[in-house]
Amino acid sequence: MTVIVRVFLKSGVLDPQGKAIADALHRLGYAQVSDVRAGKLFRIEVDTADTKSALEAGRRMAETLLANPVIEQYEVEVEAAGVTR
Amino acid sequence: MSVPRVSIIVFPGSNCDHDAVQAVEATIGADARLVRHDDRDLVDPDLVVLPGGFAYGDYLRSGAMARFSPVMESVAAFAGKGGAVLGICNGFQILCEAGLLPGAMLRNAGLRFVCRDVFLRVETKRTPVTLVLNRGEVLRVPVAHGEGNWTVGKRDWDEMVARDQVVFRYVNEKGERVEGANPNGSFDDVAGVCNVKGNVVGMMPHPERASEEVLGNTDGAKLFRCFATSLMAHGA
Repeated sequence: MTVIVRVFLKSGVLDPQGKAIADALHRLGYAQVSDVRAGKLFRIEVDTADTKSALEAGRRMAETLLANPVIEQYEVEVEAAGVTR
Repeated sequence: MSVPRVSIIVFPGSNCDHDAVQAVEATIGADARLVRHDDRDLVDPDLVVLPGGFAYGDYLRSGAMARFSPVMESVAAFAGKGGAVLGICNGFQILCEAGLLPGAMLRNAGLRFVCRDVFLRVETKRTPVTLVLNRGEVLRVPVAHGEGNWTVGKRDWDEMVARDQVVFRYVNEKGERVEGANPNGSFDDVAGVCNVKGNVVGMMPHPERASEEVLGNTDGAKLFRCFATSLMAHGA
């Protein structure tokens, strides 16, 4: 099973990279872009068929290593046989 | 007078470790040694230095992997007993990630790696590296980093201010907080902080790069001399 963890800066925390990307998109003519937040996505293969334990493991991994709770928030989901839940 | 014992931690990717050795030997005649990230024995130090560099390639976040090195358990235990710990640049990032210091690092607000001299104002005398400096004293020390934009949550910040945990701020050469003095956009122009007890200090600028006449600047040496003085004061 694949656990997907997405990590983003908390809303309210300045995102210098997101701002630079938004500026670049504006220069490319995407005038409708009002904001960009850059983040990280982790695809983690885990040896379990149990969705609940996979989600729980993903949350623990996010809290201990993948995200820094001072500045970042995270979302966890699992993907089984190509279907995202 | 006893010779100060300084242990400098070497992570994979540290690159200011030998500069730190040189600085403490030259400024305070320290007995300096390098301690590897996978060692647990700090070899009975008076001061532990986490040097600058790019530990673990700065993968994930600066300091995020280094904080789980075996040696960090010993550093945390040493700090918990009141031992003096100084994190410089990447060392500061590691101490934040390890939760030994408050806050976290973001990319520099200008998105560029900044390498230049900055002016620092001493904000508190309660740490082993500022003990005999004057509050408001200005030091010129170089910075060299891409992620030194220190930030902290509102509640932690209020607590830090109440407990006098800001050690250095970026200022101009007259000691004034002005536009352009802060090289990275850090919150409230903070350049260095300490823990509640004051024995753990982290700073983005590099005092070890400004510690000898031959380097053209000796302001950084003042911090190491403070440490030597604090050691004598405590009779260690």
